[in-house]
Amino acid sequence: MNSTQPKVKTNQDREPLLRVDSLSIAFGGVQALNNLELEIQSGTISSIIGPNGAGKTTFFNLVSGFYQPTGGEIFFRGQSITSLPGHKRGALGIARTFQNIALFRGMSVLDNIKLGAHSHLKTGVFGAGIYIRLAQHEELQLRETIEREIIDFLEIDHIRNAPVSGLPYGLQKRVELARALAMRPSMMLLDEPVAGMNREEREDTARFILDIQEQWGTTILLVDHDMGMVMDISDQVFVFNFGELIAAGKPEIIQSDPAVIEAYLGREKSDISRHIKTQ
Amino acid sequence: MNELLYIVEDSLTGLLTGGIYALMAVGMVLVFKATRVVNFAHGTIMMVGTYFFFSFSLLVQQLGLSFWVSVPLALLSTGLLGMFLERVLMRPLLGQSVFSMIMVTVALISVLEGLTILIWTSDAQYPPGLFPLQISFIWEAAVNMQLFWGFVIGLSLFVLISIVLFLTRIGVALRATASDQATAYSMGINVPGVFGMTWMVAAMTGCLAGILLAPLNSLTPSLGHLGLSVLAVIILGGLDSLLGTLIAALLIGWLEAMTGHFLGGDYREVMPYIVVLLIIVIRPYGLFGSKEVERI
Amino acid sequence: MHIGNARSSYQADEVMWKRPAHKGAMLLIILSLLILPFWVGPYHLMLMSQLGIFVIAIAGLNILTGYTGLISLGQGAFMGIGAYTTAVLATGYGFPPWATFPLSIIMTALIGIGFGLPSLRVRGLYLTIATLAANVIIVFAIRKLEWLTNGDRGINIEPAILFGFSIESELEKYFVIAPLALLFVLFSQNLFRTKIGRAFIAIREQDYSAEIMGISLIRYKLTAFAIGSAYAGAAGSLWAYFFTALTPNQFNLSQSILFLAALIIGGMGTTLGPLFGAVFVILVPETLRAIAGLITPYYPLALQATAPITEIIYGLLIIGFLIFEPMGLSAIWARIWRYIDRWPFTR
Repeated sequence: MNSTQPKVKTNQDREPLLRVDSLSIAFGGVQALNNLELEIQSGTISSIIGPNGAGKTTFFNLVSGFYQPTGGEIFFRGQSITSLPGHKRGALGIARTFQNIALFRGMSVLDNIKLGAHSHLKTGVFGAGIYIRLAQHEELQLRETIEREIIDFLEIDHIRNAPVSGLPYGLQKRVELARALAMRPSMMLLDEPVAGMNREEREDTARFILDIQEQWGTTILLVDHDMGMVMDISDQVFVFNFGELIAAGKPEIIQSDPAVIEAYLGREKSDISRHIKTQ
Repeated sequence: MNELLYIVEDSLTGLLTGGIYALMAVGMVLVFKATRVVNFAHGTIMMVGTYFFFSFSLLVQQLGLSFWVSVPLALLSTGLLGMFLERVLMRPLLGQSVFSMIMVTVALISVLEGLTILIWTSDAQYPPGLFPLQISFIWEAAVNMQLFWGFVIGLSLFVLISIVLFLTRIGVALRATASDQATAYSMGINVPGVFGMTWMVAAMTGCLAGILLAPLNSLTPSLGHLGLSVLAVIILGGLDSLLGTLIAALLIGWLEAMTGHFLGGDYREVMPYIVVLLIIVIRPYGLFGSKEVERI
Repeated sequence: MHIGNARSSYQADEVMWKRPAHKGAMLLIILSLLILPFWVGPYHLMLMSQLGIFVIAIAGLNILTGYTGLISLGQGAFMGIGAYTTAVLATGYGFPPWATFPLSIIMTALIGIGFGLPSLRVRGLYLTIATLAANVIIVFAIRKLEWLTNGDRGINIEPAILFGFSIESELEKYFVIAPLALLFVLFSQNLFRTKIGRAFIAIREQDYSAEIMGISLIRYKLTAFAIGSAYAGAAGSLWAYFFTALTPNQFNLSQSILFLAALIIGGMGTTLGPLFGAVFVILVPETLRAIAGLITPYYPLALQATAPITEIIYGLLIIGFLIFEPMGLSAIWARIWRYIDRWPFTR
């Protein structure tokens, strides 16, 4: 259960944690992603940016197994997961949050987080029904771990027993992050983690993401429109447009890439960094 | 040779019954198209409508009028019942889960059946047939003319409803409501009005189907259970496709007849359920239904 | 008054009944279940046993439909499978109750898994129709397998013999059924303190999100069907020994609808829902019969009218609860407790 890996600096020679090889998917003739090639190194924070409809969420759905690609392969830790069912990818260590929060609304915050740890628990139906030593022990252990490592960490101890449906938007997003963290993933896919948040909440979330990477060594891949945060925290940025990867590299290089500027601002030649300042 | 003739005869009977099934199913499909609810009580409403017809026929007989007068009376009152049920039961549940809506229609079966037994008892009644009971021969196969005319009426109404749905303003309103309630609202379409109207039309077509069916057997409160086997028709047809429903109705009618012919009457009753289970496992969206893709 | 939370260990926070009042209420219920039988007559004892059987069947349906969100209109037929397995094994092959009971459970669970297969492809409306069809087909099969089940003529079974005692009187039956019912309810409650139960609820709430958590939808949906039908099988086995005369039509669609109605009235996805629901559906016809008995001298047809009126009341109750109180009697119960907790600070 304790998988706190030592933090690894970006190292181009190592086998990347995630690698996709000429990945394509089409929906009824519409090419949503076309021959996508990218690599993500273990322990890094990477971001995907691009206009709406560029295929960012589609890419997440492919990695987490909701869609089957029409072509290409996805490798996780050097192993092909292209035809692996979604729940096995979760157990393998790929966690995810959703653009429009997909918490279990009828349950409490604590139960939501406990669900994240699902694949680490071993209780069977009969053990559970009788709730004898093993099941009971495991549940208590889980509760303690969650309290110590996640609830304290994300500062949500005041709402642990509240039903999630009544929480404000920003807190719901944080609970979703907590749930993903409870999976003890080696990689987290965050779909618009700060969308719709106010400035303070955005800054908190950025700090949490950095802390997660630092303390847990978790590799993070996120999609967001908040250029300020993306450029600040990312080691690497990928730019999608119309289902194609049009640029990849360090934030400072991306900011001055003419193709990116064109994708974002059309024909008009202007500095993307000014665009960031106004955010 | 004789055996072959019997098969042809039974096939004809099955296809003709299928025409009446189509009339029963069209109401369920209409309601589903507009409101996304499958009305499990559709058959029960049909049964109540047939009892209305039965009572009206006794009444007009006493008044010395032709029993044909009781047909529009029954249709009208069943239509009003349909509208009333939509207004009182379904409207408060707008926006609730599918489960709630389904269960309300299931509960409606109990309520309506109980009321029917209280009012008319559960003894069999014999409402008059719209057409004389006579047998004609098509080629060499004997055909019950009541069934034949039922088929003709069922089919023509089915076609009429399809035309209305595709060519008139009412049809456009209904289809707009079906595809997006909120947008339809904002375009000035009277969405609740559309709902009420579909329930009314569904109840009326159901009532007519019941009137056509009842003289072939007898009228008991369990006539409504036929509505459940019509579920097989609408699922096979794909729930929202009218053409699919028509083909499915004829197919199920024929299959029932063939099952009855080769395996006996008992199996005939269970056959639609076997079909529906198979479709759901193999091809849930039916013959012509649209696959619904969920967006994440 | 209950406002804060002074528990100092997580174990104390994870217990089933968190307040002393709840523990007291539970103790009171168990005590009355022990004492009441010696005090009421055989007719009421019979009703209490029937209640126990209903509670088991509805608790199973609660796991499947209430918690996992897989709507089933087939619970009645699954109970029929359990009842007939017991009857056939006991009368045909002389199996003792301690063998027929678990075998009925296993048999029903296996068949339940089979009919649960459609749930892997469809849900909501389609699943409802699939289980409805399953009910019709199962009852039809029981009727048609005449060499095994004696068809519509039904089966009569001998009283169960446990540890050399023949379980015949209503009191004896009660003391077999009531503890079993309690055990089955506790088992289901414990499920929802662990990963298994949480996975069920997760599937109900948002299945794709559950899958991301590493929950195999295939495995858990079929598990839900297996447990739900296993409960029905247990209820059916008891039903066979309790009613002694079985016919296929005891298990037709209206029985399934009754169970689902009870669950809705009691409260889906709640601990006490099955109990409240079962009490309610047993009390309604009894009350009506009592009223009919009172007015028969003045209105001789009253007794005849009770059956249709019962139907109408069930129907109206389902509709009423779905529109006004979708969480059923359990929600009302919870509100009463909240009121008591906050008294005297309530408005």
